[in-house]
Amino acid sequence: MGLMNTSRMKSPWIIHVNCTACNGCDIEVVAALTPMFDVERFGIVNVGNPKHADVMVVTGCVNPKTARVLKNIYDQMPEPKLVLAIGACGGTGGIFAECYNVLGGPDKVIPVDAYVPGCPPRPEAIIDGAVAALGLFEAKAKAMKEKAKKAAEKAKAEA
Amino acid sequence: MIKTTIPFGPQHPVLPEPLHLKLVMEDEKIVEAIPAIGYVHRGLEKLAEVKDFHQNVFLVERICGICSVQHAMAYVQGIETMMNIEIPDRAKYLRVIWAELHRIHSHLLWLGLFADAFGFEALFMQCWRDREKVMDIMEATSGARVVVSVNVVGGTKRDISSEHLAEIIRVVDQVKEDMKNMENAFLNDYTVKHRTVGVGHLTKEQAYSLGAVGPMARASGVAQDLRTLGYAAYNDLCFDMVVETAGDCWARTAVRLKEVYECVRLIKAAIDKLPKGDFAVPVKGNPTGEVISRVEQPRGEVLYYIKGNGTKNLDRLRVRTPTFANIPTLLVMLPGSQLADVPVLLLTIDPCISCTER
Repeated sequence: MGLMNTSRMKSPWIIHVNCTACNGCDIEVVAALTPMFDVERFGIVNVGNPKHADVMVVTGCVNPKTARVLKNIYDQMPEPKLVLAIGACGGTGGIFAECYNVLGGPDKVIPVDAYVPGCPPRPEAIIDGAVAALGLFEAKAKAMKEKAKKAAEKAKAEA
Repeated sequence: MIKTTIPFGPQHPVLPEPLHLKLVMEDEKIVEAIPAIGYVHRGLEKLAEVKDFHQNVFLVERICGICSVQHAMAYVQGIETMMNIEIPDRAKYLRVIWAELHRIHSHLLWLGLFADAFGFEALFMQCWRDREKVMDIMEATSGARVVVSVNVVGGTKRDISSEHLAEIIRVVDQVKEDMKNMENAFLNDYTVKHRTVGVGHLTKEQAYSLGAVGPMARASGVAQDLRTLGYAAYNDLCFDMVVETAGDCWARTAVRLKEVYECVRLIKAAIDKLPKGDFAVPVKGNPTGEVISRVEQPRGEVLYYIKGNGTKNLDRLRVRTPTFANIPTLLVMLPGSQLADVPVLLLTIDPCISCTER
């Protein structure tokens, strides 16, 4: 594992995106950051800027208006990045799946790496989901490097 | 001077919720604030016409996760009025206990986020640490931390045992002690007062004419709290309203802080007077007619209009939530203030966008 990956695993920074959620999951995500569960002891810090973030924690389902916002924030995050979808809505749209203004879970718009089910899930479950998602980081970084290598070779051949 | 427009939100570190404000600025001063909503609109009122009226309890709880008990309470009280169901006295008291526990958790949550908005992170962490005590007791009594799902048409879904009642008294006393320690930081700290005193001033006339509700109205001296109507068991508990007159951010903090003490007193009085007996009655038939049901949420008055047609589905469910009533006050407070005060002003109305847009 390279230096970059070690530091990412040691201290992943998260960005919390509320995407048509009912606040139930959001307060559990914040609860996970505060003294009782205190994920900061693992180096997990909540940041406001997507350009600083490694993991996107997205709560709620997607409607046509938030779909654009969600895609925009995802595109601003640097590679390699992970997406963690929280709650029943994060999986399928949950209780709101049949609503006229709901497209479904966030995976309709961006690729999701891990799902945490529950309505709302407990903070322990959210931490567990984050830890499970972090296991994917190394493979993602490797794939990113290979992609860049191929692109460089292709550019060289064309030149 | 040249005017610039700064977009605030929908993704913003201060507010977890997606509210978008266009702030028209002249230098550092705000000239106009234009809200844009629709980021949390799901179409929940339409969905309520498809599901049957028992299932709708779970649906209305998910209008907002923070005040789910009060949403369910307003809905089931409306249905019970329509169907002429007299619920057992014990159920009324149990509803009050859970509702007031929920109010404590919501106010502590707000106090924490507000402290974070003016940059006092230690106070934020302290509030949320105390809030976990209330969350633990909710989990012990109902099985869930946030969306507790205790209200059903005809009473409550479960009872609270005497051991749990003793535990609730112990926890709320502890919360009261902790609040006393924090009160000094919120209301008397020199630096905190600089951020709150005189900021976002709203006179009594303005609050009344703009239709402010809940702590927003009470902080400006408008004595309005639906718990004085005596729904559920509030009539027997000698509810005492908290009113402040200063009308600024400091007064709103004071109202919410002192309401926590009132919640503690109400919970203890309800446990003291808790009658024995059943906690639910069987429900037969379907609702017909129309009804308006009002309940005091942590953020203010919530209004439910329910129309039944004699089948298990409802004809119409309409909700008016407190944040919707409080947004006009925000648009009056923002012009003339500094850009740095926007997070404080925005949080002072305790916005719940998922309530507003459903």
